[in-house]
Amino acid sequence: MIINSRFFNRSELIGFVALAALLFVILPLSLDVFRLNLVAKYLTYAFVGIGLVLCWGYGGILSLGQGVFFGLGGYCMAMFLKLEASSPENTKIQSTPGIPDFMDWNQITSLPLFWQPFHSLTLTILAIILVPGLFALIIGTAMFKRRVGGTYFAIITQAVAAILTILIVGQQGYTGGINGMTDLRTLKGWDIRPDHAKVMLYFFEVFLLFGCILLAQFIRLTKLGRILVAMREQEDRVRFSGYSVANFKIFAFCMAAIFAAIGGAMFALNVGFMSPSFVGIVPSIEMVIYTAVGGRMSIFGAVWGSLLVNFAKTGLSESFPQLWLFGLGGLFIAVVLAFPNGLSGIWADHVQPRIDRLMTWRKPKPAKAWTDSSVADGAPAE
Amino acid sequence: MFGDYSIGDLGSIFVMQGFAGLILFSVYVLMALGLAIIFGQMGVINMAHGEFMILGAYVTWLTSSAFQHYLPALFPGYFFLAMVLAFMASGALGMLVEWGLIRHLYKRPLDTLLATWGLSLILQQTYRSVFGAREVGVELPQWMLGSKQITDTIEVPINGIFVMCLTVLITIVVAYVMYKSRWGRQVRAVVQNRIMAGAVGINTEKVDRYTFGLGCGIAGVAGSAFTMIGSTGPTSGQLYIVDTFLVVVFGGAASLIGTIASAFSISQTQSTLEFFMSGSMAKVLTLLAIVGILMLRPQGLFALKVRK
Amino acid sequence: MLIGHQPKEFLLAVEALTVSFDGFKAVNDLSFYVEENEIRVIIGPNGAGKTTVLDLICGKTKATSGSIQFRGQELTRMKENQIVQTGVGRKFQTPSVFVDLTVFENLEISYPRGRTVFGSLAFQRDAAVRDRVEEVAEMIFLKDRLDTYADELSHGQKQWLEIGMLLIQDPDLLMLDEPVAGMSVSERAKTAELLNRIIKGRSVLVIEHDMKFVEDIAHKVTVLHQGQILSEGTMEHVKNDPKVIEVYLGH
Repeated sequence: MIINSRFFNRSELIGFVALAALLFVILPLSLDVFRLNLVAKYLTYAFVGIGLVLCWGYGGILSLGQGVFFGLGGYCMAMFLKLEASSPENTKIQSTPGIPDFMDWNQITSLPLFWQPFHSLTLTILAIILVPGLFALIIGTAMFKRRVGGTYFAIITQAVAAILTILIVGQQGYTGGINGMTDLRTLKGWDIRPDHAKVMLYFFEVFLLFGCILLAQFIRLTKLGRILVAMREQEDRVRFSGYSVANFKIFAFCMAAIFAAIGGAMFALNVGFMSPSFVGIVPSIEMVIYTAVGGRMSIFGAVWGSLLVNFAKTGLSESFPQLWLFGLGGLFIAVVLAFPNGLSGIWADHVQPRIDRLMTWRKPKPAKAWTDSSVADGAPAE
Repeated sequence: MFGDYSIGDLGSIFVMQGFAGLILFSVYVLMALGLAIIFGQMGVINMAHGEFMILGAYVTWLTSSAFQHYLPALFPGYFFLAMVLAFMASGALGMLVEWGLIRHLYKRPLDTLLATWGLSLILQQTYRSVFGAREVGVELPQWMLGSKQITDTIEVPINGIFVMCLTVLITIVVAYVMYKSRWGRQVRAVVQNRIMAGAVGINTEKVDRYTFGLGCGIAGVAGSAFTMIGSTGPTSGQLYIVDTFLVVVFGGAASLIGTIASAFSISQTQSTLEFFMSGSMAKVLTLLAIVGILMLRPQGLFALKVRK
Repeated sequence: MLIGHQPKEFLLAVEALTVSFDGFKAVNDLSFYVEENEIRVIIGPNGAGKTTVLDLICGKTKATSGSIQFRGQELTRMKENQIVQTGVGRKFQTPSVFVDLTVFENLEISYPRGRTVFGSLAFQRDAAVRDRVEEVAEMIFLKDRLDTYADELSHGQKQWLEIGMLLIQDPDLLMLDEPVAGMSVSERAKTAELLNRIIKGRSVLVIEHDMKFVEDIAHKVTVLHQGQILSEGTMEHVKNDPKVIEVYLGH
């Protein structure tokens, strides 16, 4: 009997090492700071993708509103940075110094109450995790406890994304409106804009990303990971095995929300601004396609998908802007029709077997654990 | 927010905004009818439904431009031909899409959602390449402009009344087709038991294709109505898909009366709120109310209790 | 508790149970009682409401009115997973196993420990779990197939796996919906043998059409017709009941 108690199996280990080599060594050595910063931006979507692998790939819960959580995390981070950039010295030309510039433009004369906690970095970090987590908990509880799922849930999450975007754009005085929060400068006095800071932030983000990968892999390997798979296939059987299906869905959805929020916070740090255009329906569904391209069942795939699709997007929309939407639309259709498991599925079905064949060419495979007699025993007699 | 108005003023405001919301109501009903037929029939959520509507809007715009140039004498009547053409164009595209895409994805509703989203992106870019990124507006014939004075403070736009009458007519026709005609019986047979329906000689593939085409065709007609409230651009349809789906689920999927009632309440809420606050906040409040109610009552307003 | 006349303690007491779907009463004022260690078989023509009765007991369908008492606890107010935790196990008509998981993992999921979200995160596959899984796998003739993915099993093996998943829960009441349907003759015999072995120390409620099988295992038979009890008693009694003959042969 093979009971796999190792944290990674062989091919996962190869994937892990390859990704670590790429992100820690190859890309930093071969790209200039501008391109490396672009990679950092793309990788923020990988956080979202890892969450979607757990929630959608494993749990079968498709959320089309991950931009909401990405945005909440990003705005929490941006609010902290914005407050630091709006010190009274920096804003002494405003009619009310010490508040963010967009508030001043909108005739707001004092800092709103919900902005106050973002003076503290500790509270900000807590908020980045807790605000999206609690929000997901509320939505998840309301929906899953009443057995709402599938397409219905997907559309509701999309509606939530629409609501939040309209709200952010509409409440310009509190949120910076359509322009978002720009001109973010320092983190605890440390300037985040120069090149060396961007490189540092890149490495910080990659470390966090690997932390999230390991956490997701841990969850996947526990019984909870297997229950998620079981739930996707036979929800009723899980229920009648004594589990509260709703609680497991809520957990998966909250985890996905928190991963997305971490990605959003990293976005604000690395890119230096946050705006509603990363919150709404369109970015949310694009985040799903990054995951789908990488492979909805593969944690590493989510990272590769985010990188590759975004490189393609940048490349194509720089040179042939009109082609990009055709390409993206075609990608949606192709992934769904032809490659439901994305790149990682192609790798596992077509590349891996060939490598295995090359590797095992010299030493023949051991015989299977069960023998012919047990097959005959179990097969229907008729 | 009501404090500054007298009771009489408020009454007039509600009635006026109510009539102003009629076109939105009509667009919602027509969009939702198509979406509900497709969703009820095949369990497919067509995320490109908004783009089918916009195709209808572009066809209407093309027709009106053609009449203006070549048949100015007949211009007052262009809308009737435009509607028929919009229905045919969107319906034909719908059947093509069903054949090329949707039929491979039955029983995978989440994947269909993604695939039709991809389709919507392709359609948007196609519109942009063909018609340009700039929004186009349709010129209304003289008889549809203006409004009818009912009392001193209440006046009603004529095009609103016209579109609503049209919507009622189309709804009745659809209801007749779905509930009374032989074809409608086949559709419902396929919904209830696909395998049995196939076994008794119903061509289920053909039923699926025509149903999808019908749903998209109605969306095309919705596009014709849409030209009266907004200008048409490549991404105008995307804004409507979430709203429309909320209309469908809020009314309780598979309930015609529910769909109409929910389209009415949603469009009226939004239109009335718009008088008191900015359009975006009105929309936020309306959507929040729907999502809130759906969280408490996910089966929608009208739903049957069935053994699952 | 009432003092004086003490009714006999039943394991399961179903009383005045009614459920209606849109006015159609699928189960209508139904009452029956199952004792400890009893094998009860429910038979009846199609549409008699047999599966609905099991659905009601395990909480899949909510009753319109009436009560279901299990060891004195009211099941109609509980959620499905709570009902399972009080000791009721349910097997579905079509085999419902997790095809993307192995036989071992299928059985492990049903092992009654770590059923909360955080419990399942902390769950360890220790010797107790392994021993129990292997023990059950042996009973359901799948000991050699523990690492096989469930979708590679035959139809009969899937049925056994699902029975095994129930066994590992160790329920006091086991409900089986047509456990031998679609099985070959040899599988059928093996299943009967399996059922006879696993009923020790628990009660079983079975829906079955195969009369030979019913005769082999039933202590008592309940005949349902149009959501109501037509006849109840031993197989011998039921077979000779003119009402039953009328329903089965009359039309």
